[in-house]
Amino acid sequence: MSTETNDLVVTSVHAHTGKGLGTGNPADAFVVEPARTRTRKTPRRTRTNFEMLAWLFMRLSGVVLVVLVLGHLLINLMLDGGVSRVSFAFVAGRWASPFWQVWDLLMLWLAMLHGSNGMRTVINDYAEKDATRLWLKGLLGVATVFTVVLGTLVIFTFDPNI
Amino acid sequence: MSTPTVETHSAALDAAESGSVQLINVTFRIRRFNPEEHPDPVWVDYQLLMDPKERVLDALNKIKWEQDGTLTYRRSCAHGICGSDAMRINGRNRLACKTLVKDVNPEKPITIEAIKGLAVLKDLIVDMDPFFQAYKDVMPFLITNGNEPTRERLQSQADRERFDDTTKCILCAACTSSCPVFWNDGQYFGPAAIVNAHRFIFDSRDEGGEQRLEILNDREGVWRCRTTFNCSEACPRGIEVTKAIQEVKRALVTRRF
Repeated sequence: MSTETNDLVVTSVHAHTGKGLGTGNPADAFVVEPARTRTRKTPRRTRTNFEMLAWLFMRLSGVVLVVLVLGHLLINLMLDGGVSRVSFAFVAGRWASPFWQVWDLLMLWLAMLHGSNGMRTVINDYAEKDATRLWLKGLLGVATVFTVVLGTLVIFTFDPNI
Repeated sequence: MSTPTVETHSAALDAAESGSVQLINVTFRIRRFNPEEHPDPVWVDYQLLMDPKERVLDALNKIKWEQDGTLTYRRSCAHGICGSDAMRINGRNRLACKTLVKDVNPEKPITIEAIKGLAVLKDLIVDMDPFFQAYKDVMPFLITNGNEPTRERLQSQADRERFDDTTKCILCAACTSSCPVFWNDGQYFGPAAIVNAHRFIFDSRDEGGEQRLEILNDREGVWRCRTTFNCSEACPRGIEVTKAIQEVKRALVTRRF
């Protein structure tokens, strides 16, 4: 919270006559009229546990992802010659084992859902119009489903002999 | 309990603290707004000669009574109980009646503006309707079933202690208007409403806790809290606001699992 003021400052000698003193700062419009204020009719009740489950999912998946992602980075970038040895054969070799298949599958699902839910939060915070929210969330949902389905398909149908 | 600030002290301030009254020159930079005159707010500087041990509210009164009668702000009890004069002083939400001039670095211009996130009507006055709507929506009153007892509803000291912190709220809106989630989306209940729900949810005499938890479990409820602690920092009554919100979250989670 800065105390710096970039807006126009006038002395009390020229008191507040107003005329022509506009700062032109778009932030002013926000201060004067905030978007989406609460009234007696808003917000609509949904009566589900979705928000709580989403909140819990973020915490739990975060803990698991720390292990999964750091382990993934360690194996792919550091150990045994690091990133230089990553190739088609290296990936094929790892995915021959169900352990790494499950590891990567879990990482894909958790990371995608974790990230998408974070983006959903950002949209909820910043999108002011209902139509904008709907479009952004729709786009986000499509992108998430596409990535998760495609990734899952690749992990399960991967053929090292192509 | 208020919001003390550690800022630089000059010789003049030290002298003032030692007891002898020494008046100093202070500049107040106030964000004025009058939609009937101009659509944009503007910062106006006022010079005052005052005792640094006086409060910011005294300065506002001096300006209004002696320099510019058009300056508009809310104040009522002037002793930190009515919750009328929450404003943003040097970029932080405080009560003007609980903030001493010497605590907000009078060597530089002291900026004063309306609290954020609520529509500014004029100068330092904001439209509090959305704030009180959120307050009403959590049902801040005793809910009980069955017959009314013939004598008072008794409660152990430990049970009273459970929600003591959140009974201190004066509904000044300093916390809610310091919350970045509320700035961006006024549909969020905001810290003050949750604090007042907490006051009844954890009251052993009250039986509407389940309903209030259900209300705060919804889209605009406690799950939007991002634990930035702005509310705890802003509260002029020293309520641990973020902690109260977290306790409601915990009650919701443990209720389900």
